[in-house]
Amino acid sequence: MPLTLYEKLVNQHTVARIDDEHVLLYVDFHIMNEYTSPQAFAGLHAADRAVWRPEAHLAVVDHVNPTRPIADLSEIEDEGGRLQIETLSENCERHGITLFDLFDPRQGIEHVVVPENGFAWPGMVIACGDSHTTTYGAFGALAFGIGTSEIEHVLATQTLAYKVLKPMQVRVDGPLPLGVSAKDIVMSFVEKVGAAGASGYAVEFTGTTINALSVEARMTLCNMAVEAGARAAVIAPDQKVYDYLSGLPHAPAGDDFRLAKADWKMLQSDLGACFARRVSIAASSIAPLVTWGTSPDQCQPITSSVPVPQNQADQRALDYMGLKAGQSLSAIDIDRAFIGSCTNARIEDLRKAAYILGGQKVADGVTAIVVPGSKQVRKAAEDEGLDQIFKNAGFEWRGSGCSMCLAMNDDVAADGERCASSTNRNFEGRQGRGARTHLMSPEMVAAAAVRGTLTDVRDFLEPRK
Amino acid sequence: MIPFTRVTGVAAPLPTPNIDTDVIMPKQFLKRIDREGLAIGAFHDLRFDQSGQTRPDFVLNTAPYDKATFLVCGDNFGCGSSREYAVWGLLQLGIRAIIAPSISGIFFGNCEKNGLLALTLPKEEVDQLMADATDPETCQMTIDLDTQTIMTGATKLTFDINPTRKQLLLSGADHIQSTLDQSAAIAEFEARQVVRRPWLWARH
Ligand code: SF4
Repeated sequence: MPLTLYEKLVNQHTVARIDDEHVLLYVDFHIMNEYTSPQAFAGLHAADRAVWRPEAHLAVVDHVNPTRPIADLSEIEDEGGRLQIETLSENCERHGITLFDLFDPRQGIEHVVVPENGFAWPGMVIACGDSHTTTYGAFGALAFGIGTSEIEHVLATQTLAYKVLKPMQVRVDGPLPLGVSAKDIVMSFVEKVGAAGASGYAVEFTGTTINALSVEARMTLCNMAVEAGARAAVIAPDQKVYDYLSGLPHAPAGDDFRLAKADWKMLQSDLGACFARRVSIAASSIAPLVTWGTSPDQCQPITSSVPVPQNQADQRALDYMGLKAGQSLSAIDIDRAFIGSCTNARIEDLRKAAYILGGQKVADGVTAIVVPGSKQVRKAAEDEGLDQIFKNAGFEWRGSGCSMCLAMNDDVAADGERCASSTNRNFEGRQGRGARTHLMSPEMVAAAAVRGTLTDVRDFLEPRK
Repeated sequence: MIPFTRVTGVAAPLPTPNIDTDVIMPKQFLKRIDREGLAIGAFHDLRFDQSGQTRPDFVLNTAPYDKATFLVCGDNFGCGSSREYAVWGLLQLGIRAIIAPSISGIFFGNCEKNGLLALTLPKEEVDQLMADATDPETCQMTIDLDTQTIMTGATKLTFDINPTRKQLLLSGADHIQSTLDQSAAIAEFEARQVVRRPWLWARH
């Protein structure tokens, strides 16, 4: 029977069938952070259980740490956050789990750190106590977010009781128009199907547009598929993925790499495989997008206006956002610009934003920060001189972490402040209580920072009319 | 895990779609290493204003819903971050079941692991239960998991549930122990994988 890529990945990792809907799924690699793992370890200890396979886990500090330089943990004023960081370190020590702590040169946002160090490969099952784990689908891995009880389950058993999803194919074909990025592709997908439109599905992205994307851009795409409710997003691995992996510190090497590659080539949906749902998007129809509401599916082309609310939820979103129907999106003033997050803080993202910022200045009254996805990204950017471009333009050049993506550290937008943000969630209160988030690509954030309003990035790419 | 058998209480209506886990449990309550003290955090920014005063416009602040046991919700409840704190907080607030047309995947799994019954029902049935919940005369609800029935002051309906889930919820069994009972199967899987895909087992 022809199978989809997703079905192959599930089959290859099925330890046992539980019932019609569930399998016991083997987890090849598991990642932990400081804020969703402490209670999992506590549960493990209370039941006096061991970690099944300590070498199959990695822990990273990313959610609560400050992004201003500190010399040691005692400088973290927030006691709860410091306790979480210390607890992670104790737990890793106790169980022999590798930890990239705050001062490790490889530290950063987990979903940036894992790929850049070569931990994510085609054909793996990867779990992590964070919803954006879908990122690794860019490699042809089955990767998904789990809760704390499931973290404990993986620690103790290296498996999960897993509800099998329905496969959905999302085809994107054609060359991307100028100024349109992977972020716009995934935002247009989320807009098209809705915030719950892919709930219960595993999405496979395919088509000529996807083939043409870099591996980093594919990560952006898979990362944000979860905003449509997809608990997995996969892309069949190709030469770009093999090239990306080759030579990375933790990727297979030598004979292992050759063996693995032969196996990885089978990781694609068979001809005639059955998808429960198919969606198709023409790349030529996608424009640079911004969100206007408080759910990632509430987005529109930057050239349009705030829509007329269709229901109470829309109205509530507009009230929260302080917007009125009919207002031109590109006339909305911003207070902050944030470039960061596991969606858009890799080196390519920083390059694109820096390209817009070259020779420009951040508008008066706008506070702009850039938080590289990891220390390695930060270093690479500095080696290329990107940090100078950001600083000359008036951006603050920070250390790495989740930062104002969820504002668990001290990078918080104030009540009523409006932020152009390269992140993935525009939920109420996400970047601070009462803070108003507009999601967009990092190059769009750069353009907005310069103008002081939401801005069409194409104004910076085309000769002015 | 607390078993779920037959529970009676007030059902509160929360019709807004896409209520995310940032709203259910805001970030200021996530800086801890235990699961305690989270009742105050549940829907915090909807329940309390900036100065900490109770917001009279929020349904869970008004009688009889201030003692709600069930939430009848809009589409995509629990979307967003994987934080299980959201489920712990709801349970500590006294919520035992969530009913919605759709519930986000990770949140759904988190509910199950903690004995919070998460039920997705057809839209028309949720609409009916929402109407019943909205009227204080009919907002009393009983959910009997064994017979798979929901009764309110005005409606009686049955629901489907996966038998494995039902059994785990009814017994309150330890999920991890159930899996560890299959340790041999896991070890066999590993032994097969080492041979079939050895690169997954090489130390890199
Ligand atoms: S950057 Fe944002 S979305 Fe990504 S892991 Fe951190 S908090 Fe989550």
